[in-house]
Amino acid sequence: MTMEDSTNPQPILQVRDLNLFYGEKQVLKKISMEITPHSITAIIGPSGCGKSTLLRCFNRMNDLIENCRVEGSIIFGGKTEINDRKLDVTELRRRIGMVFQRPNPFPKSIYDNIAYGIRVAGKVSKSELDARVEEALRKVGLWEEVSDRLEDSGMALSGGQAQRLCIARTIATRPDIILMDEPTSALDPISTQTIEELILELRENYTVVIVTHNMQQAARISDFTAFLYQGELVEHSPTKIMFTRPAEKRTEDYITGRFG
Amino acid sequence: MMFRRVAMTDLVAYGLILVFTAISFVPLMALVFFIIAKGLPRLDLDFLFSISPSLESGGILAPLFGTLVLTVIALVIAVPISLLAAIYLSEYARKDRWFHLIELTIVNLAGVPSVVYGLFGLGLFVIFFGFGKSIIAGALTMACMSLPLLITVFYQSLRAVPMTLREASLALGASRLATTFRVVLPTALSGIFTGVILATARIAGETAPVLFTVAAYYMPNLPESLSDQAMLLSYHLYAISTQNTGVSDEQKYAVTLVLVGLVLGINLLAIAARAKAKNKISSLV
Amino acid sequence: MLRRGKLVELAIEKVLIRTAGYLAVVILFLILLFILREGAPFFTSYRLDEFILRADWYPLSGRYGMLPLLSGSLLVTAVALIFSVPMAICSAIFISEIAPPVLRNLLKVLLEILASVPSVVFGFIGIVLLGPWLQQLLGIRTGMNALTAGILLAFMALPTIASVAEEALQAVPRSLREASLALGASRMQTILKVTVPAASTGIIAGIMLGVGRAIGETMTVMMVAGGSPQITLSPLEPVRTITGTIAAEMGEVVMGDQHYRALFMLGLLLFLITLGINTLSGVIIDRIRRRQGGRGGQGT
Repeated sequence: MTMEDSTNPQPILQVRDLNLFYGEKQVLKKISMEITPHSITAIIGPSGCGKSTLLRCFNRMNDLIENCRVEGSIIFGGKTEINDRKLDVTELRRRIGMVFQRPNPFPKSIYDNIAYGIRVAGKVSKSELDARVEEALRKVGLWEEVSDRLEDSGMALSGGQAQRLCIARTIATRPDIILMDEPTSALDPISTQTIEELILELRENYTVVIVTHNMQQAARISDFTAFLYQGELVEHSPTKIMFTRPAEKRTEDYITGRFG
Repeated sequence: MMFRRVAMTDLVAYGLILVFTAISFVPLMALVFFIIAKGLPRLDLDFLFSISPSLESGGILAPLFGTLVLTVIALVIAVPISLLAAIYLSEYARKDRWFHLIELTIVNLAGVPSVVYGLFGLGLFVIFFGFGKSIIAGALTMACMSLPLLITVFYQSLRAVPMTLREASLALGASRLATTFRVVLPTALSGIFTGVILATARIAGETAPVLFTVAAYYMPNLPESLSDQAMLLSYHLYAISTQNTGVSDEQKYAVTLVLVGLVLGINLLAIAARAKAKNKISSLV
Repeated sequence: MLRRGKLVELAIEKVLIRTAGYLAVVILFLILLFILREGAPFFTSYRLDEFILRADWYPLSGRYGMLPLLSGSLLVTAVALIFSVPMAICSAIFISEIAPPVLRNLLKVLLEILASVPSVVFGFIGIVLLGPWLQQLLGIRTGMNALTAGILLAFMALPTIASVAEEALQAVPRSLREASLALGASRMQTILKVTVPAASTGIIAGIMLGVGRAIGETMTVMMVAGGSPQITLSPLEPVRTITGTIAAEMGEVVMGDQHYRALFMLGLLLFLITLGINTLSGVIIDRIRRRQGGRGGQGT
């Protein structure tokens, strides 16, 4: 997905009037926003504001939750309607990958962890598989550390390494967008820094949407920030503006720590 | 005064609980030792692996073989079906009224007396399907009987797989089916193994369901096909201990020892496997 | 539109897996259906009220009154409960509330082992050991009676009752125990006056499951209960149970005759009794599990 017009690129995700309900309870209210390709967008807000739920709308992970109902539209890449019931979600999720809060490597070898997404997508030759596994591990800077023990269990890695493995696993399916749900909240400060540097590098090839409740993190790494409060999108603007001249009173209160 | 009286009643209560607990467990252990002591002297390779020309002369290869074959066939039938059923309940079914109906049905199936399974097997497999009294009829009956146990254990071990692993797999573009077979099942493998072993022990030890479906009182040879009857260890013990056959007590104890050893041994294996499964799962959470 | 792999996948999911999921329900129906198929014609030649109310079971004379068999089953079950309930509850209390962890795990394993001992082995032990021993001890006519069968059944029902009761005791929130202890009650007083009453529904459910197990148990009672179809309250008398009758007489009947069908109707009776007991206890246990799911006050 290459964007010709870099000054005013077509948004890779267009959210229109998105409502989401858990049973009777409305969790997301009339959300409309656009995500710019090759950017890092941070979604911030107090816990329970619906930021993870919004993120999971983008790759339809909310399908897993019983009696969860979604209204409105999310257009991916200018033409694919994500909320289309007939859409092949497995294909969608290959294009829009996800990294979770806690590192969750499979109880398989490091190699098999990375190869997993490629294998379920269809048959590939052993040599191509090897190449793509190496490529993914190089991109997250894990290759040097694990190239001699690819057959070890992915469970044996440290927290930060395991999370980089999970990112590599996602990259290996060659997605356009990578969704990250508080990817550093379970990690120590040093691992967090490594992951943040990695996310900045990822911007070159991918679009990143990251949920975080760490405002410094949002300010450090993101190009755009969206502030969600009680299911409503309060403000969505370039990060520099958001953190210096917020348009809304509620945003200012939140980022200056008056609540949340 | 007051202080002392409370302490006294407490002591009596402790005493009673201890005594009743001891009554519950001590006879079991004594029994196992007793059976070993009485049965071991008669036990040798010849006793285990020869076919007796008559009921009295010992040589339990025929019932041992029958039990083995019956158990394996019953498992081959029951395990895949139970696994699919457990997959449905754990990975696909919505937790609605139907789900609770199935749950309740499984509890009830588990409680149906084994002799009723015997009648069922007689009515369906022996008569309706016309298999006659045969290994296949007995194995199918045993398979039905072990379904509730297998489904329950399989279901529990699938549920024990952390949700995060399923999410990771789905987020990588794996379908639900691929997720189930490539991530959930391999992770739950030792739990599934536990279920299989438990069912093995149950099938090997049961008698009532085979009475009318397969068991032969005495056969001078091994069964040759699935439509033959077979001798079975449990039924053999029943036969020699209730009929006046002139079988020596020593021999009866030896048969008991083999049956108990087989079933308890298999069960201990299951308990060990389960402990391993628990460790594996807890390392994932 | 769909790829071939997708179609196969859909077939597996919608047909294979889904069907297997409902298989348990199908089998329960099949059991009922085929027992009725073989048994129901019994009532074309025999009156239902006689089957239910007659006090004699003499198939050779064409008399099929199920009452003596039902009474035999109930007597043996009652004897079993008298022994197994105190044993099981005390074991459950000991395992859940008193035993140190190592002993606790050991006893739980022993309970499972006890549960797995084949019933024919209990029957054998009844014949060669317990029966003769009780006969001598009590100076009675025969050691093959309701008492011997009941004692053996007690050990067979024990693991069922004890493990469900233990689970119920574990489900009692710690806050309740702490409240009692904080009010100055001793540990034993807390167990007897707070924990056990709070777990009583679960314990009752366990006892009911034990009843189901005891009523349905076949080999042991067939081998040691004595086998005479009589209505009696004395546990020292030989009795014949529903299960024992089915198992013992099925080998002697001509397929399709009245006696054969009568045995299937006994099977139906047994099926319905256990279905009732198990549904009831299943509902109770389910309710406890849900409460335990909340685990109010246990989280620290």
